[in-house]
Amino acid sequence: MTAGSQPLPLAFVRREAVPASPPPSLVSGPLAWLRQNLFSSPANAVMTLAALAVIALVVPPLLRFLVLDAVWTGQNRDACRPEVVGRPVGACWAFVANKINYFIYGSYPIEERWRPNVFFALMAFGVGWLLWLDAPRRAWGALYFFVVFPLVSYGLLAGVPALGLPSVPTALWGGMLVTLIVSLVGIVASLPLGILLALGRRSRLPIVRLFCVIFIEFWRGVPLITVLFMANVMLPLFLPGDVTVDRLARPLVGIALFSAAYMAEVVRGGLQAIPRGQTEGAMSLGLSPWHRMRLIILPQALRIVIPGIVNSFIALFKDTSLVSIVGIFDFIRTIESARVDPAWAAPTVVMTGYAFAALFYFVFCFGMSRYARFMERRLAAGQTR
Amino acid sequence: MKRIVAALAFGLGATLLAGAAQAQGTLNSIKQKGYISCGSNPGLAGFGVPDAQGRWTGLDVDFCRALSAAIFNDVTKVRFIPLSAKDRFTALQSGEVDLLSRNTTWSMSRDTTLGLDFPAVNFYDGQGFMVKKKLGVTSAKQLDGASVCTQQGTTTELNLADYFRANKMKYEVVAFASADETFKAYDSGRCDAFTTDASGLYAERLRASAPDDNIVLPEIISKEPLAPAVRQGDAQWADIVRWTHYAMLNAEEAGITQANVDQMAKSTDNPDIKRILGTEGKYGADLGLTSDWAYRIIKLVGNYGEVFERNVGQGSPLKIQRGLNALWSKGGLQYGPPIR
Repeated sequence: MTAGSQPLPLAFVRREAVPASPPPSLVSGPLAWLRQNLFSSPANAVMTLAALAVIALVVPPLLRFLVLDAVWTGQNRDACRPEVVGRPVGACWAFVANKINYFIYGSYPIEERWRPNVFFALMAFGVGWLLWLDAPRRAWGALYFFVVFPLVSYGLLAGVPALGLPSVPTALWGGMLVTLIVSLVGIVASLPLGILLALGRRSRLPIVRLFCVIFIEFWRGVPLITVLFMANVMLPLFLPGDVTVDRLARPLVGIALFSAAYMAEVVRGGLQAIPRGQTEGAMSLGLSPWHRMRLIILPQALRIVIPGIVNSFIALFKDTSLVSIVGIFDFIRTIESARVDPAWAAPTVVMTGYAFAALFYFVFCFGMSRYARFMERRLAAGQTR
Repeated sequence: MKRIVAALAFGLGATLLAGAAQAQGTLNSIKQKGYISCGSNPGLAGFGVPDAQGRWTGLDVDFCRALSAAIFNDVTKVRFIPLSAKDRFTALQSGEVDLLSRNTTWSMSRDTTLGLDFPAVNFYDGQGFMVKKKLGVTSAKQLDGASVCTQQGTTTELNLADYFRANKMKYEVVAFASADETFKAYDSGRCDAFTTDASGLYAERLRASAPDDNIVLPEIISKEPLAPAVRQGDAQWADIVRWTHYAMLNAEEAGITQANVDQMAKSTDNPDIKRILGTEGKYGADLGLTSDWAYRIIKLVGNYGEVFERNVGQGSPLKIQRGLNALWSKGGLQYGPPIR
């Protein structure tokens, strides 16, 4: 442009941007979302419709049974009998409310029930300390959870007469208390034991390796129910008459060893997946075998097998209900015992009891699996792009 | 194969325990450990159920409490070990429990092959039928052509077949795997009649959607004498179990109740009552117990009638009639030999 030249007459200059017109409704928005996610192909559309049909079929009756028609309060069976109440009766939550103490503590003496409560609190504290990754002094948390907490809980629950805590035989323990104890012991004992066994199985020392292989194969080859049956029914046959082992301790040991064998194979899977170069790299840094394992190999191996470990924990948590078969009053057993109470004989009591059990197990298992997802994401931070 | 293994296990148990039992009787070992291990039912209405606080109640439970009262003068020295129908005998045989008090039918094969003794029958049960009232049936003999709900693979199913064959009636079995399913099917009208042990019929009826629309027919088609069981080879312990039951029967016959036992012990001149309560003679000592053993049972647990009514009879929701379980003097089968 030269100086003094006449500016060209501008007939029209747009001063603002044209407002963006909405995208076609089939590209974004709820309709597009539906189309993309639910009806992207004929097969997909059919499956969506089928799923909707199933939901429509299952959810309303379930909701009606569990919530709308449910009975929430009452003192005995009359509360849950349709002909007494004068309307269709769904879940009898009054039954659960009435028996809730039995479901939590079993037959634990009433005046001593503060002790399980303290145990629950100590456990929640320890679990919280360990699982909250940014918690202060997590090493102490581990010490607390794996050493202090078990000892204190044992004294607390079983009793220390010298300290003024009357002893409570394990035969009286029951309900969620026992379910939590059994799964906690199983989970806490199986991971370290499993790691040791997995390392032992890969060891170059023949005796150690042989022992670990035999141990793992033996416990994996036997059904858990057989282990429990042997522990609680047959073991007294083989012991001299005056030797007795606590009835709750026997399945505890059985479950811990059993799950350790499974854990060992899960961990071994992780160890196999670590390339040989990792060990060699660690060696070239001059790390000792112990440090190689602790600092390089295990952290990577365990991260890989988190889904497997959590899978085992969840399976173990639910498998603890098998102890009910050998006469331990775990949570499921207390429900099965309570549901035959003639004082609560009503048509829906049994289903209510099992619905409550399902809820309890679901909350715990879902919690475990969500936490594991969070851990995985956090530990995999170095691998995301 | 299973049976052979089981038999071997029992045999092994019997041999091992014979040694243990001779060295030290069950009573001594109970006194030493301070409690009775009572093999109980994990949950059977009227016979063993936990209440809202986890305290066990029931006829079979009270029997173990009576033993505890006789031995320790304290009903709480019992540990209940719930056993399933499958492992109950193994548990007794292995010494895991001191006795079974869990509605076990006394049959010849069990008595002779398992190394067990059944000291006394504490409940006479038998298989019966329940039908819907609107069917208009008043006797099992009128069930010709009916469909009957029953549990698979139980003696109940076999008894049913025997009964209908013996009476030349036709019927249709509708069998289910679990007791729950069976009753649900009957309740929803899947079959005309439901059959199980009479005590179970009363318990199940309570769970029906309309209990009053169902009746239990009078016929009892099988003999199910339910008895506590102990290991063979310890006569003293078997005697204690047997006479605990008889003491409760004798107390009922003599009119001694939980309420009046103290007054009876002080003021009665009736020699029978004096012998039962131990104010005369030393009958308890011969059992290895104190002479007031029966007094303790009645004081702490009650006589048989009281225990019955409280747990399964009119004082309970089950409302089972005494029937065969009435005293012999009232037309029943419960007969306590004299204490003298």
